[in-house]
Amino acid sequence: MVDIILLLKVFWEFFKIGLFAVGGGPATIPFLFELSDKTGWFTNQELTNMIAVSESTPGPIGLNMATYVGFRTLGFFGGVVSTFGLVLPSIVVIILIAKFLANFSENKRVKRAFWGIRPAVTGLILSAVISMWRASLLIIKDTGYAPATGSIIVCLVTIVLMQVLQKKKFHPAVWLLGGAVVGLLFRL
Amino acid sequence: MLDLFMTFFRIGILTFGGGLTMLPMLKYEIVEKKKWCSEEQLLDCYAVGQCTPGIIAVNTATYVGYLQNGIAGGIWATFGMVAPSLLIITVVAAFLRQFMDNIWLQHALMGIRGVVCALMFNTVINLAKKSLVHPICYVICLVAFLLAMFTDIPTILIVVASAVAGNLLAKKGGQA
Repeated sequence: MVDIILLLKVFWEFFKIGLFAVGGGPATIPFLFELSDKTGWFTNQELTNMIAVSESTPGPIGLNMATYVGFRTLGFFGGVVSTFGLVLPSIVVIILIAKFLANFSENKRVKRAFWGIRPAVTGLILSAVISMWRASLLIIKDTGYAPATGSIIVCLVTIVLMQVLQKKKFHPAVWLLGGAVVGLLFRL
Repeated sequence: MLDLFMTFFRIGILTFGGGLTMLPMLKYEIVEKKKWCSEEQLLDCYAVGQCTPGIIAVNTATYVGYLQNGIAGGIWATFGMVAPSLLIITVVAAFLRQFMDNIWLQHALMGIRGVVCALMFNTVINLAKKSLVHPICYVICLVAFLLAMFTDIPTILIVVASAVAGNLLAKKGGQA
């Protein structure tokens, strides 16, 4: 039996994310960290795994994340409900805009609002990235935290390689596959 | 309607990453093959999609569907976009859960997590390049970061506050 109350909660949480995550997929990530702290439906470390899966499977990252989080929380129906919740605000807002506001993106107030929102979203994502680093690059031991040396080295090497190979745009899935191979070879 | 659904289903299944990576695919399918809208309309829609809440891919699907066939069209196109994620992720998530204890998967995940951390770092750098266009923007970014990192203020409030700040300060920052 599916827990209806929990299902509604999942829907509501993702509806809010869909309504306030401006700027597409990556903008949902700070909200997901907040959700994991608030509800305990999944851990920050699981969230990092989810991002890896979402980046390397077809479909927009935002949708993939929502489906994954919903599925982890409540199985198949959880995935359907979280995705539907995320999408509903888009459908409503876009149809309203298409219908009533021909030059929405040219509007002065809208432009100014986004001049402020974009840097804020950058700051929000940065804080999410730091939470992610804490969750993924540290291992919880009985005595407290210990650095996951292997993951840290992989992370630093990847950042350097990305800067060096800036001209060649490798697909994220290629990087992730590389990480998996390194992890297996060196038994990190 | 079925055509809208199938077309966006195909786009959904063939895009990795979402957002901007979708643009060439959309241009090919929607503008060149189906002629559902002009390239200018598609770019407009992208602009709208970026400054409205929600996933850009979904916003675009709704918009194109609406142009083509009204509200029902918007809904069908969106379902088409959503369906591949729903199917594929459900299978992957179910599969991963069963193999989570496998030692080899654990090794692979240690490497993969390192890469995800690097990819996300890269995302932030790219966003910063595009969004930090004025000293005031740096301040907004820093304040949002500190609030998110060290207080329990809901993320939603920070987004709303930054929209207000944008309206008050953008003129000073050179935005018309």
